[in-house]
Amino acid sequence: MNQFQYVRATKPQAAIEAVAKDANARFIAGGTNLVDLMKRGVMTPQKLVDINRLDFRKIERQNNGLRIGALALNSTVADDKQVRERQPLLALALNAGASPQLRNMATVGGNMLQRTRCAYFYDVTMPCNKRQPGTGCGALEGINRMHAIFGFSDKCIAVHPSDMSVALVALDATVQVSGPKGNRSIPFADFHRLPGDTPEKDTNLEPGELITAVDVPDGPFTKHVHYQKVRERASYAFALLSVAAALDIENGTIKAARLAMGGVAHKPWRLTAAEQVLVGKPATEETFRQAATVAMQGAKSFKHNEYKLRLGPNAIVQALKTAAAA
Amino acid sequence: MNRVDGRQKVTGAAKYAAEYELPNLAYGVLVGSTITKGRLTSIDTKTAERAPGVLAVITHLNAPKAPGTKPTGKDPSQPQTVGNALQVFMDDKIRFNDQPIAVVVANTLERARFAARLVKAQYAKEKHQTNLEANKANAFLPTQAKKNPKSPAADYQRGQVDAYKTGALKLESEYVIPTEVHHPMELQAITAHWEAPDRLTLYDKTQGTMATRRDFARQWGLPEENVKVIATYVGGAFGNALHSWPHESAAIIAAKVVNRPVRLMLTREQMFTMVGYRPHTWQKIGMSATPDGKITAITHESIGQTSTYEEFVEATLGQTKMMYQSPNLTTRYRLAALDVGSPIWMRGPGEATGAFALESAMDEMAFLLNIDPMEFRLRNYTDQDPEKNRPWSSKFLKECYQAGAQRVGWNKRQLKPGALRDGEWFIGYGMGVGTFGAHRGSSKASAQLLPNGTVLLQSAVTDIGPGTGTAMTQIAADTLGLAPEKIRFEWGNSDFAQAPTQGGSAIVNTVGPAVQEACMALKDKLRELAATSNSAFTSAKKEDVAFADNYLTLSGNSTARATYADLVRQAGGTAVTVESKPSGEGQKYSMYSFSVHFAEVRVHELTGEVRVSKLVSCADAGTIINEKTAGNQMKGGAVGGIGMALMEHAIIDDRFGRYVTKDLADYHVPVQADSPAIEVFFVNQPDPYVNKLGTKGIGEIATIGVAPAIANAVFNATGKRVRELPITPDKLV
Repeated sequence: MNQFQYVRATKPQAAIEAVAKDANARFIAGGTNLVDLMKRGVMTPQKLVDINRLDFRKIERQNNGLRIGALALNSTVADDKQVRERQPLLALALNAGASPQLRNMATVGGNMLQRTRCAYFYDVTMPCNKRQPGTGCGALEGINRMHAIFGFSDKCIAVHPSDMSVALVALDATVQVSGPKGNRSIPFADFHRLPGDTPEKDTNLEPGELITAVDVPDGPFTKHVHYQKVRERASYAFALLSVAAALDIENGTIKAARLAMGGVAHKPWRLTAAEQVLVGKPATEETFRQAATVAMQGAKSFKHNEYKLRLGPNAIVQALKTAAAA
Repeated sequence: MNRVDGRQKVTGAAKYAAEYELPNLAYGVLVGSTITKGRLTSIDTKTAERAPGVLAVITHLNAPKAPGTKPTGKDPSQPQTVGNALQVFMDDKIRFNDQPIAVVVANTLERARFAARLVKAQYAKEKHQTNLEANKANAFLPTQAKKNPKSPAADYQRGQVDAYKTGALKLESEYVIPTEVHHPMELQAITAHWEAPDRLTLYDKTQGTMATRRDFARQWGLPEENVKVIATYVGGAFGNALHSWPHESAAIIAAKVVNRPVRLMLTREQMFTMVGYRPHTWQKIGMSATPDGKITAITHESIGQTSTYEEFVEATLGQTKMMYQSPNLTTRYRLAALDVGSPIWMRGPGEATGAFALESAMDEMAFLLNIDPMEFRLRNYTDQDPEKNRPWSSKFLKECYQAGAQRVGWNKRQLKPGALRDGEWFIGYGMGVGTFGAHRGSSKASAQLLPNGTVLLQSAVTDIGPGTGTAMTQIAADTLGLAPEKIRFEWGNSDFAQAPTQGGSAIVNTVGPAVQEACMALKDKLRELAATSNSAFTSAKKEDVAFADNYLTLSGNSTARATYADLVRQAGGTAVTVESKPSGEGQKYSMYSFSVHFAEVRVHELTGEVRVSKLVSCADAGTIINEKTAGNQMKGGAVGGIGMALMEHAIIDDRFGRYVTKDLADYHVPVQADSPAIEVFFVNQPDPYVNKLGTKGIGEIATIGVAPAIANAVFNATGKRVRELPITPDKLV
């Protein structure tokens, strides 16, 4: 690990200033990803600003929704009574991620800011435009069985690893941010970026901007929800792909639907066209299959991830079936 | 009986190789090559040398050369390889990616790790080969087979060559297992301490204290007694510590250079590249059978990956030669040398690889014949060894079949795949058979009575987790008629009575009799000593000697007493050391342990996820010394088989020759949730010939046959035959 300076912030403004004025400074909360990346030399911040003392841990009712503090632990959120009652999809997605030990350390804000698990990003001797712009994408012609089928560019085909974010994008969450220029809100779907020509940028956060909370609006998705994570072992594995599904069903007819996928793109992938297919239709496997077909339109595979084109629609159907039956 | 070291292990009191706090300890961190083949043209260590706390940066340019670094290759406890084990820092040649090119030594681990990043190397790259498939055409017969046609690696033939080709009912299938990497909980680690310029002590993760001592004594030109190897606790090894690896030499060199003890522990990432693995292996089986289910011919070919500098050979085709009664049988074993680190045995080793192909092919043939796969195996059961034409020393495999079939619910199995479902899950049943030689070598053990009435036993053998210390304590307790609490068995130290390396399922077979005989010899010695002061002992049999609280007595003679303190005072102590050797029965009988594993799996119809819902492992392993540790060993082996079947897969990007699976997040091994409650059944019948204890060994057969049982169950569930492990969802969806 490189040597670095460590500062513990007690006020948000001080933390923001410290990071805004220093391009080599980074916030640190749970550290479950950043510390690994520093050990491998993938990220080499010269200053860490510890934000764990800031008062962003609360989960509270606010404006017809839940405001979840950025520093709330993944395990705390997953176990929270209000979250389980009002946003069970979020609790399911959180519990599908990582291991209990990691969920006890990782924060909501940190979960959103996870870097990709692409092996080429993690190995400093290999090409990776995300880690070192201009070196090329190692995965494009390399081992790419875990990689994107949507929204990639020839600069980067990595996927975002978060489970929680897949639920949050489906639930129309909003990210509350505080920065050198003040506070702003970012719709969750606009928080993460597609790689384009600048894969080194994962999100639309400006330098020094700090996530303070995530707002999840109340909705009808309190019962028919499911988070379908397909992985190579029963626990503690990143998704081959995952599906967050939420339905509002009345007398067998779908009144409202939310659908998003993980492990398929550089960002949590909302499937709005497929949602539209669902609305107004009977909650049957046939409907789900139609939605899955629409959802997969435009998907394109690489040498080793062709299976995602088959697994994707199946996982969507499975998620919707399970949600409907819940 | 519970594990004698259970408490130490769960409380953290057990000390492993990287936990010895020696005064003035320094820390070594390896720097690995970032190319796969070529030469080092320059290596800049100046910045690293100037970093805080750095004591030395050692490369091929400045490393002291050990005087005896040319290995003889004759040590029977080391792999029977041709070529030389990699010698670190000997030259500028790069043979595989992440080959150590430097070791940085500093006064703290963090400083050594930091400085290791500052070492900058330049290379002249050469074109490398890391892809087995692309190099199959260059596969060759191992040198040992060329030199000796009787070598197990040589081509084997009975009946007609490739007779399956003319069979009426035949199949021909190719099977592949990927590289599987050793990831025991304890990383490879060593603490090297030159106690004097010619005296070396190693706290080392090794499966053989004697083998490690011999190897490094030879390398450094020292008398063996000047090298001491301590491996009291080994946090899992599975074959990973059966070879001397580069990091051990690096630590010894580093300790020499800085003249301080040096601790060197590999990272998880380094565990992939330089300390062995189960080799990526391609296999092909041709099989023919009569319509009533008699196998008429089998041809089994295999190409395993090895390194360019060592020929690693294993018994991939062994089970095929002797498991089924096939009049015509052909095997061909070949190696392909790639620019990778050398492989090493991994639990079950080659036999587990081979059994995946053989037992899958058995299932395929049974399906072709429309016969129950267990019935098919019974029709080809062997009552004597068809390879050596000798009787088995013992074989209770049929009993295992019956017990396992009943426990797994084999009667629910349908011949037609995909016939059983539970909602969205297909259910299937499969079986796989395993066998491994009931090997026994020579071993010593010492025993002595202490004044407090406890008996101290010692042997250089290691306990890598199976519970060797517990089993030996129990054997001693049973032999002496003494409570286990009164026995202290010490192991894992090369100064103790000589014992072979822990491996090949042979330790209870080998060291058990030595402990048993040492206890008998001790009783006899105590009787003799007691006789000098108490005539009642003179004519007594050693079997009658009994241990009371403070004195020795004779059964059936309540007045005969000899206090422990007196006995110990006499004749300068009571210590006896015995050597126990195998009898000649191995020439008359074929000695094998047998196992069969039954799996029930659930395969999701849409996602292709496989869950093992039931696993029953049945073993004919002779006498079971300790049901608890033996059962635990069977379960551990079965979990290893789940990993082999469903998830373990080390992947190299051949463009770079580097692994893209570099940690336990990318390289999957089973977690608790992947393992069902595993049921274990032991026949527990003594083998009359292997040794007096009646044991045959468990370690390997616990894993051999598990992967094909799962693969066969997946076929039964889905109708999809996966011949390339692991069976991940992408292959089923």
